[in-house]
Amino acid sequence: MDFALSVDHEILRDSVRKFAEKEIQPVARELDKKEEFSYETMQKMAELGLFGVFVSEKYGGQEMDYLSYIIATEEIARVDGSHAATVAAENSLGIGPIYYFGNEAQKQKYLPRLCSGEALWGFGLTEANAGSDAANSKTSAVLDGDEWVINGSKIFITNASTKISAGVTVLCKTGTRSDGKPELSCILVETGTPGYEARVMHDKMMWRGSNTSSLFFEDCRVPKENLLGERGHGFHQMMKTLDGGRLSIGAMGLGGAQGCFEMALRYSKEREQFGKPIGKFQVNAFKLADMALEIECARLLLYKACWLRDNDMPFSKEAAMAKLHCSEVMRNCANHAVQLHGGYGLMQEFDVERFYRDQKLLEIGEGTSEVQRIVIARYIGAL
Amino acid sequence: MEILVCVKRVPDTAENEIVVNSKGSDIERGDLVYSVNEWDNYAVEEAIQIRDNVGGTVTVVTVGDDESEEVLRREMAMGADKGILLSDDLFNGSDGKGIATILKAEIQKGKYDLIMTGALADDGAGQVGGMLAAMLDLPYASLVNKIKIVSDKMIRVGREIEGGNQEINEIDLPCVLSIQTGINEPRYVGIRGIRKVASVEIPVHKAGDLGLDGTVVGASAAKVKKVDYFVPSMGEGAEMLEGSTDEIVDKLIELLKAKGGIK
Repeated sequence: MDFALSVDHEILRDSVRKFAEKEIQPVARELDKKEEFSYETMQKMAELGLFGVFVSEKYGGQEMDYLSYIIATEEIARVDGSHAATVAAENSLGIGPIYYFGNEAQKQKYLPRLCSGEALWGFGLTEANAGSDAANSKTSAVLDGDEWVINGSKIFITNASTKISAGVTVLCKTGTRSDGKPELSCILVETGTPGYEARVMHDKMMWRGSNTSSLFFEDCRVPKENLLGERGHGFHQMMKTLDGGRLSIGAMGLGGAQGCFEMALRYSKEREQFGKPIGKFQVNAFKLADMALEIECARLLLYKACWLRDNDMPFSKEAAMAKLHCSEVMRNCANHAVQLHGGYGLMQEFDVERFYRDQKLLEIGEGTSEVQRIVIARYIGAL
Repeated sequence: MEILVCVKRVPDTAENEIVVNSKGSDIERGDLVYSVNEWDNYAVEEAIQIRDNVGGTVTVVTVGDDESEEVLRREMAMGADKGILLSDDLFNGSDGKGIATILKAEIQKGKYDLIMTGALADDGAGQVGGMLAAMLDLPYASLVNKIKIVSDKMIRVGREIEGGNQEINEIDLPCVLSIQTGINEPRYVGIRGIRKVASVEIPVHKAGDLGLDGTVVGASAAKVKKVDYFVPSMGEGAEMLEGSTDEIVDKLIELLKAKGGIK
């Protein structure tokens, strides 16, 4: 057994950490306040190589392993959830499905621009009435000659309505299977296609510096060859995509928890009450000890899940565990961190306030904590 | 232009809280995060820029243990062409002169036009650059914050001198320069760069390869020894301003005005 990270992973962490502290941390609070997506930091993240981390160089990617991607996401999340969301959603949900399920022509057409960060791509899965019950999607696609005709809508879609959003992968009902269940397929829809509109969603509690959209399809026609992979494979593709996506949500939880812990530890040493730093009170020191413990456990679990994936071993159960656990660890750490900051922790002037809000998405997005428990329960044979 | 940059792996002072150990013999090194010495990173960036302008190669070299390979790979991922690790148990406990002796032995194996060090290291005394130049009998400029390549025989270097004034010197090549922070804006290590150098072999040169023994390097040869580490007690004259940020700023401006700092 070897728990040491490779030299390359250490260099990567060091590099992304310094970048995040210098380029993202100083602007994150303001972007959150204004609910604004920054094209400037997007460009800088792209130059660093944060898009297409695990994609082959042939398509413009960085060709690193999955753990590299996870460490990079973790380090961005350590300073800001919104930027980490842009990176995680783009790699796991925007780039991932095209890279893993697209045909050669689709990969050549889209991946280089997505990996260079010139363009963003969304993944349209959730609908107003199909969240956890994603197989119940109502958005439909009907083949009419050489074109798919798409009708329906999607909601809470990351990266789909920026000025550089080039399109979305949409999960559509394309028919009914012989067993009576819906036939689901993924179809690529480019921005600017008549009948397709992506609208920015405002007034979010969290990830306010990231882009979230609602998508509308009204007799939207796209060429037949925009089908991703095979017809009827949509649900399978979605599940595979979410397996990888869960690791990146785990990374956001882990990085966010680490950020909360560091802010709390620093503040506990500085802030004095009753003549000594508040961290010297056992009740507070124990909070910090619990945070350190939980983060250590979360990191081991998440990295193990990545190790399984990088070694082509089954990792779905561990991915669900890591997503669930890292989200909850960040919840606990954000809670302790705000508590340790007292009244100041409730003010926007202190970043813990933002982390406290940003955390909540992690227990809801890409499969709620309840859904993760269902997944785990099925794997262990309890359900 | 063949450029060699001497780099060092040091505790990252931005990431660590430095604590003296209970014996007072060293700092606590258990949980320290290490990185490349900040000054050295500026030197490597400058070397890369010079190479990109006039051609040539950038080699990074360090004296250290196996873990020091990390800083070499980091600087190579940033853009340096080659790395050399100088590592031997015999080197442990070397003083500044010992380190300069090791570097000199390696430098004499190659042919370099420009040799750079950081002006100092986070955990050092800023002495290696000067000693190295003297040992190699090469011209030397310290605290360099500007470099202009004039020809393959001569360059112009700017130095920051007391009071923030600037002087410009002409200096013949080959030469040794110790580089000040702020000379440039070091680039980030791009993710693709990390993979590109992942499989590049980094040669390790030991004492025997460099013709060195314990009479000139290591603890046995060291004439400067650290005897104590401590945090100095707080002296008189420091005044902590208290209050809200605005109140502190107001008080500070008042004080600066009163003492003639602002007119």
